[in-house]
Amino acid sequence: MPRYGMVIDTRKCVGCQDCVIACKTENNIPEGYNRDWIITESNGKFPDIQMEIRTERCNHCSETPCVSCCPTGASHIHDVGGVVLVTHEKCIGCKACVEACPYDARFIHPDGYADKCTFCIHRVEKGQKPACVEVCPTYCMHFGDLDDPNSEVSKLLQSRKWHVNLPDAGTQPNIFYLV
Amino acid sequence: MNSLSRRKFLKISGATIVTAAALAGSAKTIVSAAESYAKPKGLQVIPSYCDLCFWKCGLLAYVKDGELWKIEGNPKDPLSNGRLCPRGTGGPGAHYDKERLKSPLIRKSERGEEKWVEVTWDEAFDYIADKMNKMKAQYGPESMALFSHGIGGSFIKHLLRAYGSPNETAPSFAQCRGPREVGFELTFGDVVGSPERTDIENAKCIVLIGSHLGENMHNTQVQEFSRAVEKHASIIVVDPRFSVAASKAKYYLPIKPGTDMALLLAWMSVIVNEKLYDVDYVIKYGFGFEQFAAEVSQYTPEWAYIETGIDPEVIRETAREMARYKPATLIHPGRHATWYGDDAQRSRAIALLNALLGSWGRKGGFYVPYSYSIPKYPYAPYPELNKEPLDNPNGRYPFATGEQISTGIREATISGQPYPIKGWFIYGTNLMQALPNRAETIKAIQNLDLMVVVDVIPSEIAGWADVVLPESVYLERYDDLNASPFREGFVGIRQPVVGAPNDQKPNWWMAKKLGEKLGLGAYFPWKDVEEYLDTRLNLAGHSLDELKKKGIIKGASKPIFFEDGVEPEFATPSGKIEFYSKQLEEAGFDPVPRFTKHAEPPSGYFRLLYGRAPVHTFSKTQSNPILADMMSENELWVNADLAERYGIKSGDRIKLKNQDGVVSDPIKVKATERIRQDCVYMVHGFGQKSRQLRSTYKKGASDAELVTKYNTDPLMGGTAMNVNFVTFEMEV
Repeated sequence: MPRYGMVIDTRKCVGCQDCVIACKTENNIPEGYNRDWIITESNGKFPDIQMEIRTERCNHCSETPCVSCCPTGASHIHDVGGVVLVTHEKCIGCKACVEACPYDARFIHPDGYADKCTFCIHRVEKGQKPACVEVCPTYCMHFGDLDDPNSEVSKLLQSRKWHVNLPDAGTQPNIFYLV
Repeated sequence: MNSLSRRKFLKISGATIVTAAALAGSAKTIVSAAESYAKPKGLQVIPSYCDLCFWKCGLLAYVKDGELWKIEGNPKDPLSNGRLCPRGTGGPGAHYDKERLKSPLIRKSERGEEKWVEVTWDEAFDYIADKMNKMKAQYGPESMALFSHGIGGSFIKHLLRAYGSPNETAPSFAQCRGPREVGFELTFGDVVGSPERTDIENAKCIVLIGSHLGENMHNTQVQEFSRAVEKHASIIVVDPRFSVAASKAKYYLPIKPGTDMALLLAWMSVIVNEKLYDVDYVIKYGFGFEQFAAEVSQYTPEWAYIETGIDPEVIRETAREMARYKPATLIHPGRHATWYGDDAQRSRAIALLNALLGSWGRKGGFYVPYSYSIPKYPYAPYPELNKEPLDNPNGRYPFATGEQISTGIREATISGQPYPIKGWFIYGTNLMQALPNRAETIKAIQNLDLMVVVDVIPSEIAGWADVVLPESVYLERYDDLNASPFREGFVGIRQPVVGAPNDQKPNWWMAKKLGEKLGLGAYFPWKDVEEYLDTRLNLAGHSLDELKKKGIIKGASKPIFFEDGVEPEFATPSGKIEFYSKQLEEAGFDPVPRFTKHAEPPSGYFRLLYGRAPVHTFSKTQSNPILADMMSENELWVNADLAERYGIKSGDRIKLKNQDGVVSDPIKVKATERIRQDCVYMVHGFGQKSRQLRSTYKKGASDAELVTKYNTDPLMGGTAMNVNFVTFEMEV
């Protein structure tokens, strides 16, 4: 079974928010809410600045506090690709998962359920890429099977330096940032 | 915007379309469009091209059960390669924007008070035609001027030409890329054009001077820039602000604002003195190189250091870096070039630096673009003009060739010289934000007998109009064909993918109806725009049906570089690349660019700089709910140390006061290490004052409002706007 993940090249990302908007239109995300977002981190003293821009979302972790804390089983691991999903009908909007996620990736949708990135599983299961990956004008986002050593994402991780967000959180995130 | 409200919205709007069309008894296409959009079931994917900026990327609109769902890039489109920029992806927001203009309006109180009577299209056209006929009789047709931005204005342009006016302009020349086009034309005999003919993708060294690609989201350029980053191109960024592009650069040069010319001259002196230039290219294609070399060799990096603050060794090192990769070194010409007043000369210096490195016409430099040839519609000739255009009387700005100076028309409207301008027709450009010194714009407007604004939203300029005509957005209308000059020839179509929600109409329909009222029906021989487009396409061996399905038709590919067989041609007086310009000399200007010292901010003041954000275009998109969700106001970038000295911190709201005492709306501070201490920066287009656009009203501050001072470029009349200084007003 595949393990889906993303490899994102921070050298190429310009932080334009196209990924955020594509997710919004693809998934009908209501105004004021987003499933992905841009972080711009800069360090140093002018003019000696180092800056990393990256697009963030649910890390679809291998260790999932958001799933283990869910009282109803709404928050679950999908049977394809290890994608973390929420069954809207089962969700009671208790916010336990919102609190449990160290990445602040979840929010309560106005319709009352916990919402977050799905890796556009509805597209992936049709052989398409997630909307954010497909739209990116800098081609900085890559999606694929991390367990397949021949996949594009695996090859990128073998050939480049990378980091993950909050490696100490013990969540084993599946989104990797090339530096 | 959830799916429920979207459905409800469409249901209501669908009914409105039919009623409006029936009442107006108008063009058959409108009715049939409404019918065909009534309830198509399932998913339709319709190709068109984007209008969120002027790049005109090919798109695919996804319409689900008759409702616009999402927009993606058309993979066949060479501009977008199937990937739109964030604005284009947010295009559905233009259709769903709740604050759109809904019906024609006629002013019922003083200009600028934004008080209106809703009227029918017939009433609006009668009002306009009556005024235009009177003006024609009293002052002549030349008393009507057109300000138009974007391809959507093409039918309105046709109308005004048929009416007999020679005065037709856009702020995109004298307030934007004009100096660049003039500087390059003086040097190479050709302009850079749009889309820019830059081969960023193949450049091995890219130099950006104040150009902030990535924040400035011109799609193809950003895509190519990203590929260049991937291929480890050496990137040199010159900017007072540590831009996104600067974070990708090998060299970041934090230049003192206003001194770019000194850096350019010093770079050229290093390249000339160390004989690093492309000798064969310069000998073969250059004119006046010896005089040029003698002139520039005096500008040492040590001299430039005093002006620019850039370490002389860094100037040498970066000059050598550029030479190392020649001719695949691209010194990007930028786009918005109206900075200090010697901008055409600065652009010429950029052109000359490229010429030294042999990049014009070469891979990794500038390609030679070409267009897909589509004959024009075979109209009857326009009436003979009574008068010359008045934007540039007596050739006051001798190199303002090709395009008209918008601020020249404004000036003539105020003075009445050399002849009166009594009417402004404005299409798709918010002159309140685009032109410098708003007070002059308002003064000019007060002299008008008629001001008509065609827009999709109640923009600030619409607030000053006598008549406002609500246009359907790009997703709801046909426009003229797009055959931009590019790397390959192509023609793209803009076609309706959904119906307009209210009584909005396409510009072609307005032009035809108004033309008929004005007795100019003979200039509109086509039944509707489909017939017009089909006629043009037939002349090129295609048909409208074919293009409607394909979205884009490509031509045969041709070489675009000298090395691939393009014959080098330079339409300059010498027929060569003019390192030394006799035509400039004869007109009394510097034949080789020289450094001019520009005024510096007095103590306690900071130079106001402005730029772009990736999610907005000028002041056109702030009410788009999707894009507003990404960025609803701008921020004032203030150097962190400076902010601390003034006791202000990120998130504080302050006002700015400029050298003329003009005070801005409150703006949120972004205290950051990413900018120098002698300037502040904000994204252009915010701080809007239209009371009808509640979602954007006074959101953030307007740089344009603070641009009361401008320097005029003596070569071409461009209005340089980076010459305003501001201080902080703490009490908000």
